Amino acid sequence: MQAEERHELGTRNITTESYWQTVFRRFKRHKLATVSLVILAVLGGAAILAPIIAPYDPNEIVGPFSGAPSKEFWLGTDQIGRDVLSRLLYAMRVSLLVGVMATLISTVIGVILGLFAGYFGGVIDMIIMRFTDMVMSFPYILLVLVAAAIFKPGMWNIILILGFVDWPGIARLVRGNVLSLRETNFIKGNIVAGMSLRHILFSEILPNTVAPILVYATSVLALSMLDEAALSFLGMGVQPPTASLGNMLNGAQSLTVLTSQPWLWLPPGLLIVILVIAINFVGDALRDALDPNSEQ
Amino acid sequence: MGKYILKRILIAIPVLIGITIIDYAIMCLAGSPLAMLQGPRVTEGAIEAKKIALGLDKPFYIQYFIWLGQLLHGNMGYSIKSAQSVSAMIGSHLGPTLLLMGVSLIVSLLLAVPAGIYSAIHQYSKGDYTVVTLSFLGSSIPGFFLSLLLIYVFTVKLGILPSSGMITLGTEGGAADVARHMVMPVIVLSFSMAGSNIRYIRSAVLEILQQDYLRTARAKGIGRFRVIYKHALRNALVPIVTVIGMEIPMLFGGAIIIEQIFSWPGLGLMTMNAISNRDYPVIMGVCLLSAVVVLIGNLVTDIMYALVDPTIQLQ
Repeated sequence: MQAEERHELGTRNITTESYWQTVFRRFKRHKLATVSLVILAVLGGAAILAPIIAPYDPNEIVGPFSGAPSKEFWLGTDQIGRDVLSRLLYAMRVSLLVGVMATLISTVIGVILGLFAGYFGGVIDMIIMRFTDMVMSFPYILLVLVAAAIFKPGMWNIILILGFVDWPGIARLVRGNVLSLRETNFIKGNIVAGMSLRHILFSEILPNTVAPILVYATSVLALSMLDEAALSFLGMGVQPPTASLGNMLNGAQSLTVLTSQPWLWLPPGLLIVILVIAINFVGDALRDALDPNSEQ
Repeated sequence: MGKYILKRILIAIPVLIGITIIDYAIMCLAGSPLAMLQGPRVTEGAIEAKKIALGLDKPFYIQYFIWLGQLLHGNMGYSIKSAQSVSAMIGSHLGPTLLLMGVSLIVSLLLAVPAGIYSAIHQYSKGDYTVVTLSFLGSSIPGFFLSLLLIYVFTVKLGILPSSGMITLGTEGGAADVARHMVMPVIVLSFSMAGSNIRYIRSAVLEILQQDYLRTARAKGIGRFRVIYKHALRNALVPIVTVIGMEIPMLFGGAIIIEQIFSWPGLGLMTMNAISNRDYPVIMGVCLLSAVVVLIGNLVTDIMYALVDPTIQLQ
């Protein structure tokens, strides 16, 4: 954070404003991102509260087969008479959970490998980075598809697969940052002062590279939600009866659903687009707000 | 230059060997393809015979070396399902995929390069906001959902475009027919690729516009038009080359799902079938091919970099 503090000295707000207040003020300048953040908060809240606010049990047959939207069932019912709105709420819960967990796993793996590669250099760096190259050389979705075919499809396996495939970008990013931080005086000072390796890596270097990691993680979140949707759409992801945004769209592969029952596939599809685009907008504004070189 | 290329190739070789090992390790975790043969009418003896015929009775590392050895002789193995040679299968499916990928790549560049440059030159204008917002939409909409929307509009409602295959069944086909079948998959693939590329090119051009030599050029009093089109755009070639390099693996992967939806008879469709049949030799062949394509893509990008940007040191 030292760079930021030094920079903020130049602006008039230094005495009253903390680092995160500055970030928030810069973030608010992006109107689309602020709206996106509100939308994400509302949708996230709805997903968390799904058991309370959902009008029906998502897996219970409660109405007519393929009923059109009505007063009783706002978004209609699916082929076997389950309430689409309730399923949508639970599906969003599953999709967000998959995205967040996969992002957490890949971020942890990427950060640790990147820290080690960047700090130690030499043979360790070479081995880690060659391994990163290998994982990156597989077309991403092919690797995920093969893995999903091999391990039994299901929510937790999808989380693990996406988590173990998504990390190379973060590892490269962290390594690059560590390489430049390693040459700074405050890290050299730490080494001279005899600080332990763990302290230097996790208490000195890591906090100074949090901002780019956070920005990158938002794009990983968006990507892993898209991948979960694609996998579940192909029937290789979250398995029915558990609803996910992807597998709710699966039914649209049949022509009757596609042509005459749009309430079954339009809402989950639109919801994926809204969630992913909101996450991308927030990530973009964060990139700007966290950039120590941007003005004000 | 020759030394630089040679060094790049030497780095790529251990990565390639590592890829075959990872590839093989994943397959070993997968369990036996014999499970797919099992059924009430298949005897134990028949399965045992098949196992020996496929070499599955040997330890996995021996199987790996057998596979690798055959590979060096140009033999990629035989499909467990159809007994065709993998290289012949890949060969017969490669054409449609290359056609789809190539056209999508060109269309996405035709969209992304002008849009990205326009956006950078008119930074913070209404046009810029529109382009950036659209580009976010492009990278946020799942390809399969966009495909469904397009099929709904153009096939179901308007009935003007075919939704599956490469040629109309029962006809000779011909270029116009293939082109009609390609419209929707190309829209989906190029839209999603253009999404992220527009922003990439935009920020790269913005960076170039802030360079000292451009300020000098402007200060010299040569017109805005010449500054942008002669000085800036030539330097924008570097990010554009990067974008092409990044797109190759994306195309390869993205095509799998899109080919499946539009029943495009390419590698993607073949791969999905191989995956659901657990046809390991075919999956390994495709993985290997795609990894080689990605590595070659990276190599070509590195070389192109060196060609467009003389300041890159050829160490």
